[in-house]
Amino acid sequence: MAVLAVEGLRKSYRDLVAVDGLGFAVREGETYGLLGPNGAGKSTAISMIVGILAPDAGSVSAPPKARVGYVPQEVAVYPDLTARENLRFFSGMYGMRRAEAKSRTTEVLRLVGLSDRADEAVAKYSGGMQRRLNIAVGLLNRPSLLVLDEPTAGVDPQSRNAILDSVQRMTGEGLAVLYTTHYMEEAQRLCDRVGIIDHGRLLAEGTPAELGEPDLEAAFLRLTGRELRD
Amino acid sequence: MLRILLKDLRRRSRDSMLLVFGVVLPLGMAFVFGVTLSGSGSQQLGRYGVAGPSAAEFTQRTGLPDLKPVADAAQARRLAETNELDAVFVVSPAGIEVVGSVDAPLAVQMAREVAESYALPGGRNVQVVQDATLGTRQLDTRTYHAAGAAMFFAFFAVMLSVTGLFEERRNGTLARLLSMPVPRASILTAKLLVGVIVGLAGMALLVAATTLLLGVRWGPPAGVAALIVAGVLAATGLMTALASFARTPEQAANWQSTAAAVLGLLGGSFFPVAPELSVFTPHHWFLEGLAELRGGASILPALAVLLAVAALSFPVAAVRVRRMVAP
Repeated sequence: MAVLAVEGLRKSYRDLVAVDGLGFAVREGETYGLLGPNGAGKSTAISMIVGILAPDAGSVSAPPKARVGYVPQEVAVYPDLTARENLRFFSGMYGMRRAEAKSRTTEVLRLVGLSDRADEAVAKYSGGMQRRLNIAVGLLNRPSLLVLDEPTAGVDPQSRNAILDSVQRMTGEGLAVLYTTHYMEEAQRLCDRVGIIDHGRLLAEGTPAELGEPDLEAAFLRLTGRELRD
Repeated sequence: MLRILLKDLRRRSRDSMLLVFGVVLPLGMAFVFGVTLSGSGSQQLGRYGVAGPSAAEFTQRTGLPDLKPVADAAQARRLAETNELDAVFVVSPAGIEVVGSVDAPLAVQMAREVAESYALPGGRNVQVVQDATLGTRQLDTRTYHAAGAAMFFAFFAVMLSVTGLFEERRNGTLARLLSMPVPRASILTAKLLVGVIVGLAGMALLVAATTLLLGVRWGPPAGVAALIVAGVLAATGLMTALASFARTPEQAANWQSTAAAVLGLLGGSFFPVAPELSVFTPHHWFLEGLAELRGGASILPALAVLLAVAALSFPVAAVRVRRMVAP
């Protein structure tokens, strides 16, 4: 059963068509990788899926906002607050009451391995720790759909491995994950299916094995070209 | 909305810049202008005269050079009216009347400070008369400088808060909030309220501090509170409306700093300057309201102007800022 269904999604900014008739679906317990070069339209598509942007055309069938976890590309937390304060605040934004927010904060801190440093200002965290906290915010509301926009960009191998492990663990529990990344080995390891997009259009879709020839990166370069992007 | 508001207030309470701009600097300025300057009787920035039975003693004790002897209070008024002198000190054992020209507010302000400095040891009464309509509705030097500095820096304090929306957009937290089940109007309202609350808290702290530390006499609390609320609303509305036309937080901060400084100086936050222009600033009406309050007159005109500025600027700010969170 599809947790997320996107059909004919379109968004343009003046003359630039960022997303052009995009369509795909993510099923329960599935990790779907949305791959594309810079400027392909991934982030615009995600912004429409999580309700930040209104599409010009097309439809998004997704769980209500209270059941969607969104992890943006940048570390979107308050650096002058502690990790615990950040999580308590965002819990409140999901409508959790004080006691629930407190226990859920403790749970996700443990899940991302930040319990010991929970009361330090986020500004003092390493890049990897900040990324883990960024993911923790997306998990607060026990989402049925988790949208991760390049969650491992710029982190060290240990943190990346920890992030990928936790995503794999969650999909095992029935969570649907929409995942964008530039790292093909990540997509190969995590994703049940991938969609490759460029210029806002879906160019190909299938399992990594179906698309990979001999590997996913070769397929990606064949479909999107080898010229450099801005 | 309350949660966003509390989060922002918590963040602002840890912002050392806000403490500096909202409390430390205005308190320092009020101290410098109100205490140090009022004691510097040797400075002369205008054409002054002296009259009255204690004129000789006054001339000797203040050491002011080029004090023109004037026959009596009537001649003093004539010379001030015709602008031949900027101010005349009419000195008697009971007190000092500073008869000033309406065209020389800065020189009259300096004359008032000299008079207060001279009157202080004997506890004599100081009165300033610039024209018939003003009468005695004037603030003493300390109150004037404390109130002027408080209003001047209130514009900076609310500025630090309203740029928060730009900051949230830049660091991605605005997008994250928009992806959550939070009404967009709540985010905007919280941001505007933060500015108002920070401004009010800063002003309240300054009123308390200047009263206790500098002996400033603000006036009846209810009237002062009404003027402070109206002044802060006007400041937040204006600063937010201005910031809403900027594209980046840096641009917003530059525009706001310039506007806050120009409005403050024109409005006579430190010295009365350009009276014909100062009426276009909230600072002028805030100080005017306090002076009216001190003289027992109605503060409604001053309140009406300040609230009108807020009523005109807030809708502009709301419409413009709403675009930042539009889907």
